[in-house]
Amino acid sequence: MTDAGTNGHQLSDAEPHIVVRNLTMAYGSFVLMRDLNFTVRRGDIFIIMGGSGCGKSTLLRHLIGLKEPAAGEIFYGDVNFTRAGPGERERLLRRFGVLYQGGALWSSMTLVENVGMALSQFTDLVPDQIREIASLKLAFVGLKGFEDYYPSQISGGMQKRAGLARAIALDPEILFFDEPSAGLDPISSRLLDDLILELRASLGATVVVVTHELASIFTIGNNSVFLDADSRTMAASGDPKVLREKSANPTVRRFLTRGEPAMESSSSDA
Amino acid sequence: MNPANPAVQTAARHGAFSMERAAEATLVIHLLGEWHLRRDLPSADEVAPELAGSPAIKRVIFETGELGGWDSGLVAFLVRVRELCHQRGIADDRSSLPHGVRRLLELAEAVPEKQGARGREERAGFFTRIGEAAIRHGENAAEGLGFVGDLTVATGGLLRGAARFRYVDLAQLIQDCGPSAVGIVTLISFLVGVILAFMGAVQLQQFGAAIYVADLVGIGMLREMGAMMTAIIMSGRTGAAFAAQIGTMKVTQEIDALTTMGISPFQFLVLPRMIALVLMMPLLCLYSDLMGIMGGAFVGVTMLDLSLTNYLRETIAAVTLTYLMIGVVKATVYGALIAIAGCMEGFRCGSSSSAVGDAATRAVVRSIVMVVVACGIFAFITNILNI
Repeated sequence: MTDAGTNGHQLSDAEPHIVVRNLTMAYGSFVLMRDLNFTVRRGDIFIIMGGSGCGKSTLLRHLIGLKEPAAGEIFYGDVNFTRAGPGERERLLRRFGVLYQGGALWSSMTLVENVGMALSQFTDLVPDQIREIASLKLAFVGLKGFEDYYPSQISGGMQKRAGLARAIALDPEILFFDEPSAGLDPISSRLLDDLILELRASLGATVVVVTHELASIFTIGNNSVFLDADSRTMAASGDPKVLREKSANPTVRRFLTRGEPAMESSSSDA
Repeated sequence: MNPANPAVQTAARHGAFSMERAAEATLVIHLLGEWHLRRDLPSADEVAPELAGSPAIKRVIFETGELGGWDSGLVAFLVRVRELCHQRGIADDRSSLPHGVRRLLELAEAVPEKQGARGREERAGFFTRIGEAAIRHGENAAEGLGFVGDLTVATGGLLRGAARFRYVDLAQLIQDCGPSAVGIVTLISFLVGVILAFMGAVQLQQFGAAIYVADLVGIGMLREMGAMMTAIIMSGRTGAAFAAQIGTMKVTQEIDALTTMGISPFQFLVLPRMIALVLMMPLLCLYSDLMGIMGGAFVGVTMLDLSLTNYLRETIAAVTLTYLMIGVVKATVYGALIAIAGCMEGFRCGSSSSAVGDAATRAVVRSIVMVVVACGIFAFITNILNI
């Protein structure tokens, strides 16, 4: 099941990669968001944005199958992820790379073991090759020489980068990032953004990012969905730079301009 | 006009207030002294009786001429006063308050209280709580069954050779569950042997039958105590550790990371723990049996004037292979129960650091309960089978 055809392939506007239809997210009887409809095109850097606690990370958890939708469906290409059987789901999962908020490196393993885990479980490579490839991935994220460190021995920013190296271990088709800049200083966060762009360009992957960092949103995003906590549904979707100028929804514009009156003045009421 | 406000008299430097009725249904509250959180602050509830008094008050104003320093202690007081005023439809005039105080009051009241945000914690009635507890227990039982089901499937995968876990992890776990526990098992088992011997000796000596201490200790250790003591040690040592390890992995999203990589956390984490404990428990149990007999022999030789040879000969005559096997089978089952309890509580762990501690505690309690219940069932079965 390799995907040489799809990897390394660049933006082709029309082709949808992830399609979300009428998705409702709920915890028990508490509905967090309803009627989410959006499409992520192949090669997009897609931003999931919105205020704190509105369900951005929960949406991500739905996309990667950690939580089941209360209603609605998620498609990857032609495959209905929500209805897929365990085998098909596992095949899809192997084409994902996920970077979790805190890195979520396995603390009982060294960095090279963390990165090499997927390779040793899902490929027939011999240990020496696995180590070689894992070191290469670590080198991509600037962690050459840290192969045999344990996650607890390196800093938070380095853990995050190592998490990224793990996420790209199998050259995924889709990369998911949960708050990549949380807990990073502005410069590291900027470097991580550059890295995301770099990886997208070289792997040809689709990227989905949960963030509320405006700087990142405008630097890397070319498509987005805005979740509104008050109305419990999506308030807008599209290129964030366009939304900032042209969104009909004042909440979205206020968010994207940090609520600064100078830029907001053209908009509305208060 | 309010003559006895004790706070005013006792310490003028502390935050205090006095109240005075001015004309036309107006209450003047004089704020005095230093209103700091770190000092004693008067309670706003003292204002309530005055507001309720007659003739009815329509307006409250503040007088701050003698107010010294202030911090959020004063703001909290004023917020409470306003609440009291609102309950009675009284206006409070804040224009005389310092600018900073007014700003903070506005900030505190800028966002109205969200309807329904409070009151979710309302205490339910007695029967509701009983019902909820019953439902929760039902769910727990269902979850337990689900866990055993998952385990069966994973074990099936293991037998087909399709299970994914790292043998390095298994080796490490075997080290943790086996050799590392030898020290504590030695100590506890030896002492249990000593205790059993003393207990028997007091009675048996009266009949001049001290030599039967060897039978008592030998049979007792092999059939029951060896497996039981090992199980209790391993619940506290290993069951809790399993719950804490898996719980922490859940908190740090390491389990999510496994899932989204397409690796079953169940196979990856539970199977090696289960295998390690099920392999090591019988060995530890055998070792514990031996240590218990040594403990008994120690008492026999030093206190009861028996010779070591006689003691051991008597022991060998008393115990049978069946007894030994009963103990070993029990230990294996206990091992499985401890692994299940530890791993299950780990997976059920919530997502905060205190939840990890709770999970470890619950794992120990649950595994000891399960071990003792299993012990009872074993006693019943062996009795029926006459062994």
